[in-house]
Amino acid sequence: MLNFLARRIAQIVPTLFFVSVLIFSLQQLLPGDPALVMAGEERDPAAIEQIRQQYKLDQPIPVQYVYWLKGVLTGNFGESLRNKMPVRELIAQKLPVTLQLGSMAILIAFLIGIPAGIVSAVKKGTVWDYGANLFALWGISTPNFWLGILMIFLFSIHLGWLPASGYVPLTEDWRASLAATIMPAFVLGNAISAVLMRHTRSAMLQVLESDYVRTARAKGLSERSVILKHAMRNALTPIITLGALELGTLLSGAVLTEQIFSIPGFGKLIVDAVFNRDYAVVQGVVLVTATVYITLNLVADVAYILVNPRLRG
Amino acid sequence: MSFVRLTILASALLTSLVGAAQTQVQAQTTLRIGIAEDPDILDPSIGRTYVGRIVFSAFCDKLFDIDEKLNIVPQLALSHETSADGKEMTIKLRPGVKFHDGEPLDAEAAKFSIERHMTLPTSFRKSELASVDHVEVVDPLTIKLVLKTAYSPLIAQLTDRSGMMVSPKAAKEAGDKFGLHPVCAGPYKFVERVQQDRMVFEKFADYWNKDNIHIDRVVFLPIVDATVRLANLKSGGLDLIERVLATDIKDVRADPKLVLSTAPELGYQGLTINIGNDKTKGPLSQSAKVRQALSLSIDREAINQVVFNGEFTPGNQWVSPTHPYYQKAFPIPGRDIGKAKALLKEAGVSLPVTVDYMVPKGTEYEAVAQVVQSMAAEAGFDIKVRVVEFATTFKQAQAGEFQVFQINWSGRIDPDGNSYIFMRSKAPQNDGVYSNPEADKLMEDGRATSNVEERKAIYGKLTKVLLDDLPIIYIYHRTLLIAHTKKLEGYRQMPDGLVRVVGLKFK
Repeated sequence: MLNFLARRIAQIVPTLFFVSVLIFSLQQLLPGDPALVMAGEERDPAAIEQIRQQYKLDQPIPVQYVYWLKGVLTGNFGESLRNKMPVRELIAQKLPVTLQLGSMAILIAFLIGIPAGIVSAVKKGTVWDYGANLFALWGISTPNFWLGILMIFLFSIHLGWLPASGYVPLTEDWRASLAATIMPAFVLGNAISAVLMRHTRSAMLQVLESDYVRTARAKGLSERSVILKHAMRNALTPIITLGALELGTLLSGAVLTEQIFSIPGFGKLIVDAVFNRDYAVVQGVVLVTATVYITLNLVADVAYILVNPRLRG
Repeated sequence: MSFVRLTILASALLTSLVGAAQTQVQAQTTLRIGIAEDPDILDPSIGRTYVGRIVFSAFCDKLFDIDEKLNIVPQLALSHETSADGKEMTIKLRPGVKFHDGEPLDAEAAKFSIERHMTLPTSFRKSELASVDHVEVVDPLTIKLVLKTAYSPLIAQLTDRSGMMVSPKAAKEAGDKFGLHPVCAGPYKFVERVQQDRMVFEKFADYWNKDNIHIDRVVFLPIVDATVRLANLKSGGLDLIERVLATDIKDVRADPKLVLSTAPELGYQGLTINIGNDKTKGPLSQSAKVRQALSLSIDREAINQVVFNGEFTPGNQWVSPTHPYYQKAFPIPGRDIGKAKALLKEAGVSLPVTVDYMVPKGTEYEAVAQVVQSMAAEAGFDIKVRVVEFATTFKQAQAGEFQVFQINWSGRIDPDGNSYIFMRSKAPQNDGVYSNPEADKLMEDGRATSNVEERKAIYGKLTKVLLDDLPIIYIYHRTLLIAHTKKLEGYRQMPDGLVRVVGLKFK
């Protein structure tokens, strides 16, 4: 186990290095000049030249990379070209928002997806099964932005129950915070719940046909106990891993939803940064996202080993 | 059982959330303004965006301001006087004005602010104040700007960011990070900013015009999607939004809880023609007749009707027909396909004339491009519309990688601000590399005189030259569309598009 952990952690460093080189070179392929984009309407050549010098945009790319890497190793991710905020501060502002939204979305996905998957597996071939499948199909094929706008029209404009968009930190007012994030979390969770439901269903079907379940039934255990205590536990292990990975995807993959609901999260940060050619921000966010993603992966693997003794050794 | 418990818990939570949302709606000591983008840095010397100017107007007063008719009115200054040769401008400051940190706004502070705009390495105000040689303190409340040459648009520059005064103490301490915690002399003072989320300002107790401030807090919320911005206004989550879509006007007018405020914009939407930097030497760059043919093939009013529901103003000059400097002797030409074809024949070009037409990404921009494309086709143009992401357009424009560039300019109150930098030889934004000594001279003359009638006559001559050469084909001027709740009283829209908060109150 310790060996495994050590090996996995040792792999993280080269992976992150590779990610950083990749993102650094890829964004050089973006057309447009950061200094010109920053100037926008006010294209004063002297000021643009000054920006190039100040942010070392006039240096060769490998030199820029070395400067950036040096900074990162000392905990300095540089500053935003657009508004001079330290990238570290921007990340610290956005990460909690995204984690809150992501966790709520995953929670909603689990609450909907797992019961729906179990029901459709247990009641295979019945109207319940078809209903759950239909729901999954709807969840996967409904575009987030469309569902989001529809929910705003219903719950904010028509009924006036929830704020249409915006964000309030949990620490400031937890009720207002939940009110602001429940709709986007549902929109995100809805899509994931469909995926979870499909996986839960197939995992459950497989488990329900296994010998030990037949034995459990033969022992005369109640159906409820067979499903919840015996079958579900085994079926859920891969689902939990899947959930962890989906949470990782949500870190920067919730762009559209964040845009519609004006949630100032990671997705919005990175998209705005790409459009503004704010390289330092893009690099910082990608690096942090990659780190969190890799960590979540590792945690999922460790959890897997912990629940499944056969993998230890 | 557990399911029942869960349901009860969930409904209790939901009810409390609804409660939370509704308390938010009822609080009316805060003005919530929905803006279309997240602004760049809030430092008047470094700021570059239009949306940033909207935010500045809540907390950063200027020496002068404008009224609805584009007259220049005093704000932090009381009056100004220009010497007979136009090379000295004396400005008297309003007494008793304080910055948000309690420092006094006196002549020394005003001198500091203007010099900061002129010398900060990354300042974008340098070209606006390029005519200023130095600033002198005459007495504690009077400064004198000594110019290198007479420059009549200077006063107009002082109604915008170049005229914004910053606290010398705060600016010296913060350097180029001043914009993270700006300290000015406006009606509200900076409280906090969360990137891409909100900017919060609260009433400044020592504001010089504090009797006209009736709202405690102003919060700016960047909401990029126009539909969501409007949805927030309708649901009561916002009190005022800028840049309503022309296609949403009907919806806003039909809503009894909303008011639409409009004003003609100062800027324009036009087609910049690559004249001097077209590597392919296409017919558009080589012949003014071909450019005139293109202009004549466009039905400006039809574009306005089709794309903007008739809410905008067709145009043919760099200022809109409602502007004091619009030259009535050169009215908007009607569409004339026959004449356009004749001009193409005269120019001796082979048909169709292929045109590389660059347009930034965006629903309205692209719609205009498509209408122009189909109109011009009838005259014999084969327009290849190339949609380019906004950030990339400037680089391609500078490199001359276009034949037509459809681009808008947000506009300045002085006609010089809409013409010089785009059409003067070697000017920074002259992407089409147009150069005509006669036009250059007229533009310089326009800058040198401050007599309005003389200037109008000069711009009349300039209009004649530029409408013959057509380095830019002007198409239309937008109408600034601002919507706000009926509960908000006293809102007046100025042509510069800024949202002025002084005098606003809730019913």
